[in-house]
Amino acid sequence: MTSSTRDSAAPPGAPGAPAAAVVAVDDVVVRHGTATAVDRVTLTVAPGEAVALVGPNGAGKTSLVNTIMGLIRPAAGRVAVRGRAALVPEGRQMFPDLDVEDNLRLGAWPLRSRGAAARDTSRVYEVLPDLAGIRRRKAGTLSGGEQQMVAFGRALMADPDVLVIDELSLGLAPLITAALADHLRELNAVRGLALLLIEQNARLALELCTRAYVLESGRVRAEGPSARLAESAEVAAAYLGGPAEPPPAAGGAEGDGA
Amino acid sequence: MSEFVQYLVSGLAVGCSFALLASGLVTIHRVTRVVNFAQGMFAVVAGLTAGSLLSAGLPHGLAEAVAVLTAGAAGLLVGVAAVGRRGTSPQSALIVTLGIGFLAYAVEIVIWGEDPRSFPGLGGAVEIAGAHLQKQYFLVIGAAALAFAALGLFFTRTLLGKALGACASNPYAARAVGIDVTRMGLVAFTLGGVLGGVAGVLVTPLQSLSYNSDVLLITNGFAAAILGGLTRLGPALAGGLALGVAESMVAGYYEASYQSVVALALMLAVMVWRASQHTALQEEASL
Repeated sequence: MTSSTRDSAAPPGAPGAPAAAVVAVDDVVVRHGTATAVDRVTLTVAPGEAVALVGPNGAGKTSLVNTIMGLIRPAAGRVAVRGRAALVPEGRQMFPDLDVEDNLRLGAWPLRSRGAAARDTSRVYEVLPDLAGIRRRKAGTLSGGEQQMVAFGRALMADPDVLVIDELSLGLAPLITAALADHLRELNAVRGLALLLIEQNARLALELCTRAYVLESGRVRAEGPSARLAESAEVAAAYLGGPAEPPPAAGGAEGDGA
Repeated sequence: MSEFVQYLVSGLAVGCSFALLASGLVTIHRVTRVVNFAQGMFAVVAGLTAGSLLSAGLPHGLAEAVAVLTAGAAGLLVGVAAVGRRGTSPQSALIVTLGIGFLAYAVEIVIWGEDPRSFPGLGGAVEIAGAHLQKQYFLVIGAAALAFAALGLFFTRTLLGKALGACASNPYAARAVGIDVTRMGLVAFTLGGVLGGVAGVLVTPLQSLSYNSDVLLITNGFAAAILGGLTRLGPALAGGLALGVAESMVAGYYEASYQSVVALALMLAVMVWRASQHTALQEEASL
């Protein structure tokens, strides 16, 4: 498993120079106490690329995300993020007693030295116009779909080079998931924003991204272009969510076909 | 009538110092979810430091300012010990603050001895409705009003204030958007130290302080802060004022030794009431 330029989907944004990976995870090990959550994983996301990370519950996806975001330190290996990564965290993670506007503004915290323009939320309302109508509502009072939209907007406020989405569809109705997926497609295609999508619903993830990794028990079981993975037997196993427990996403995957 | 005005104004002034102490507790709790039992110590340190600096010849104003900054530094130190390590639970941090509060007794006794100390505040008095009122009362009331207004605006109008609050309301999300939660905790403790210090330098001219005066201050400050669930400033201010006035009336019309019973009774009543309100909610949120 080499890093960087493999399967490079031509990045629309970056001119000239060979596209260095915007996220490069190299042989990373993450341990929680004695348990190994991530076991020697190597993964890259090129600028402008949409990459899916699929796998059942407990595969180590969130541990890997937290490592990429610098929230936990890997026990071994290296993580390099070129530019800025912004996270849409699992479970939306609102600041419940602040309104939507303030939730968005806090998303620009890493840019606070850039002055008031960096905190201008209007660019988010342009991309996610549904948020404009609820900008003064407290985030804690919003529906799950609205909160997920706020979580997207908050991440976009950091003006990221790569958007890391930890569970797009979890706990959301299929229609709302579809609408959010459309937004993601647009951000990726029109604005050249690189995506790393962590998703239990493998079908949705493969549909949305050009390339994917299948994670199971902390290891990469398969990787490659989405189209190819979608046909492989290994991924079919991941659809079922592993032998231990059928996660709710399995139901969601079936529901999506409708 | 003049008696009543006397008790009312002196009660408001003392209540303001309770409220200031409560504001420090609220500030720290709002950001870190830690109940800081060393809060009274900040006031004691500031009060005694100001007294020493004044007797060393520093002018009024400068001495108090240095004392408040000293309390801020004490706040930072307590913060480093209590929340400086990532992953310390608020419960463990509470025990750390309690321990530091007692440790501070030893340091304070070494520096200032065991006897209560005071220093003259704003001299002079005014006559209102026949009551003879020290100007210091009005200084305390004015300073507390200013501090509460500034603190309220800071938490609700500035991005830094909101980021501070965000650290407690959702620490994971705060870290995910790049807020350094540990550093914010230290900022909160420093601010809490400053607020405790302000309370200390204002109250010392009214009632002399010794190393163990922190118990009285924290009891009243906590009783006031608990009214707002340790997170809201408005109820803490109201609670502080109510306590100050009630205690002043009790001491004036009945017996001074009963006055701290008022604080303890109020605190108990509020906590019992809140516990009954919260049990159902907490079961749902399983926090």
